[in-house]
Amino acid sequence: MLPAFATLLLCQLAGEAIVRAAILPVPGPVVGMMILCALMVARAPLPGELGDTADGILKHLSLLFVPAGVGVVQQLDRLGQDGIRLVAVVIVSTVIALAVTALVFAALAKALGTDDLSGGQDDGA
Amino acid sequence: MIDFVDLWVYLSGSQLLWLSATLVAYLAADSLSGATGRHPLVNPVLIAVVFVALLLLGSGTSFQTYFAGAQFIHFLLGPATVALAVPLVRYLPQIRRALVPMLAALLAGSVAAIVSAVLLAQAFGLDRAAMLALAPKSSTAAIAMGIAEKTGGDPALTAVLVILTGIGGAIVVTPLMNALRLKNYAARGFAAGLASHGIGTARAFQVDPLAGTFAAIALGLNGLLTALLVPLLLPWLLP
Repeated sequence: MLPAFATLLLCQLAGEAIVRAAILPVPGPVVGMMILCALMVARAPLPGELGDTADGILKHLSLLFVPAGVGVVQQLDRLGQDGIRLVAVVIVSTVIALAVTALVFAALAKALGTDDLSGGQDDGA
Repeated sequence: MIDFVDLWVYLSGSQLLWLSATLVAYLAADSLSGATGRHPLVNPVLIAVVFVALLLLGSGTSFQTYFAGAQFIHFLLGPATVALAVPLVRYLPQIRRALVPMLAALLAGSVAAIVSAVLLAQAFGLDRAAMLALAPKSSTAAIAMGIAEKTGGDPALTAVLVILTGIGGAIVVTPLMNALRLKNYAARGFAAGLASHGIGTARAFQVDPLAGTFAAIALGLNGLLTALLVPLLLPWLLP
């Protein structure tokens, strides 16, 4: 697990360095992700347990948003008197964005005959 | 004899207490979520955040003290983002096949997220400051705050709206997709990541690994596209 974790950190470090050096408008970890993708596609020698370590972290991705979420709850008064209207806009606009994105994706995939992607192990959730 | 006040004063200022509290709150929230068969309303992020916020409120602890401990969890967002490369490469053939639907949905969804937020804010009679903060709400927090800063919005208000968008989308995505009768899990996941960034992506991984992978791609691509589109669209949208 340690070599895999070191690999993740080193990719992030390289990503942060590139972003700083080239003043890119992208977060460093995203560039780190691209670096790891490139290494994996090029079949570079990587720690064998990288897959398990990544799956383990991503399984509990929700946990990692808790500290930032707590920070936001402490700032809820920022919403001010417009709080209810702001929350209403956020919810309705998010529903619209979700529906438009998924419908365009699904319709085009069907038209192109590429909608046979596997998935949906957990249909009910 | 132990003086409990002294003990509390010592512990409440220690990093260990709030790191442990965050983990335990999440584990409790996660087991609640598991007990309800991952019901969308029982969102583990929302429940854990409420648990911790109540603890801080009840004990009169400042966010700074809390974050000194919780920062170790927050830090893992970086390596977790890098780790997204693993499912991405695993599903590379599926991603290649879905390239055209993905890019079309990215453009349509990104525009829909920005335009609907600004137009709804106008319809609801909200002011210009609110519109500027709402426009980038679907992109990930760091990018959204950067956009708000550039357009003259309030980055702190933007951060609050971004997190609300994440939690709201994570709760609403499954019932919405079922109501639309969409069975394509790549499309469902892609929508979750596009509209609700990392928290939507976490929800998608909870439901299905393929959906989670497409959510992660959407999260990355929409962060970039929103940064490009908001400054372009705002002059057309604002009165």
